[in-house]
Amino acid sequence: MRSLFRALLLLLLLAPAWIAPAVAVFVEEKLDDPTLEARARDISAGIRCLVCQNQSILDSNADLAKDLRQIVRERVAIGESDTEVRGYLVTRYGDWVLLDPPFKLTTLLLWLGPAVIFILGAIAAIVFLLGRNRRPDDAESAGLSPQEEAEIDRLLDPEGHEQKS
Amino acid sequence: MRFRFLIPVLTFAAIAIVMWYALFNLNPTEIPSELVSKPAPEFALDAVPGYGPELSKSDLATGKVVLLNVFASWCVACLAEHPFFMEIKQQNLVEIYGLNYKDTPDAAAQWLDRHGNPYSRTGMDIKGRVGIDFGVYGVPETFVISPDGKILDKIIGPVSREMFEERIRPLLNGAGS
Repeated sequence: MRSLFRALLLLLLLAPAWIAPAVAVFVEEKLDDPTLEARARDISAGIRCLVCQNQSILDSNADLAKDLRQIVRERVAIGESDTEVRGYLVTRYGDWVLLDPPFKLTTLLLWLGPAVIFILGAIAAIVFLLGRNRRPDDAESAGLSPQEEAEIDRLLDPEGHEQKS
Repeated sequence: MRFRFLIPVLTFAAIAIVMWYALFNLNPTEIPSELVSKPAPEFALDAVPGYGPELSKSDLATGKVVLLNVFASWCVACLAEHPFFMEIKQQNLVEIYGLNYKDTPDAAAQWLDRHGNPYSRTGMDIKGRVGIDFGVYGVPETFVISPDGKILDKIIGPVSREMFEERIRPLLNGAGS
């Protein structure tokens, strides 16, 4: 019974791996050349649907997404490169249409921000941890005054030990 | 180090202020127009039947500020701004051109027939390609066009009286219309 339960649990944990992501592909006018069609889809997958903003135009059924897919196909068919096709859309809708924002001066903070915050956090954590470890050491090593040393010597030295008799 | 306890408090306050601002002042569904301060794209469209003359890029450079309103008979929000556009026309505040987006000629003509025609020119963008050239991603959108045919601003969604006073009126005066 218990092993069955465990097996079920394992299956649930692995669920994201064995359920294939549902990708809806809307096929209107496919390009005849399969490599061009594949390229058009590849580009479309990276173009944001402006109506339903966190979907790509490849898996949105909004009217505008359909038109944009059509435009991507047309541009690919007339022999434009991937960057040219993206450029066509960017001049109309801005960098926003790209699901991956480009790396440039105005997006520096966006791309490097997390790394900078991570590094600052790591430095803060290291400083904090080192500081916490050192403090008790300092207290011990700095600790004893000459009188205390003398007192210890006196107590540890059996010769000079005062006998209580 | 007496005020060390303030570090987390201030960090939280800074984050809270940024998020508060973003929550109430930024609208993530509003995409700024890429075309602002650029010339309008090339286009030439036939008029909605009976509601001419037709509309092309050269008609936009009129020597005064004009509005280019993207509308459609299937667009519910367009009805919200329509009475105000009729008022603008009656008071002759600014000329409005109508870009009929992804509509049929009949439906567009019927719609203008029923609700009145505030436009001094109309163009039918039946396939929606001109709209895409203008960066339109929803209806209504209203472009403010400069005297030399450049796009000065774009208003997304229905134009209200307040929005007109705030964003369009200053442009009318600034350009000396």
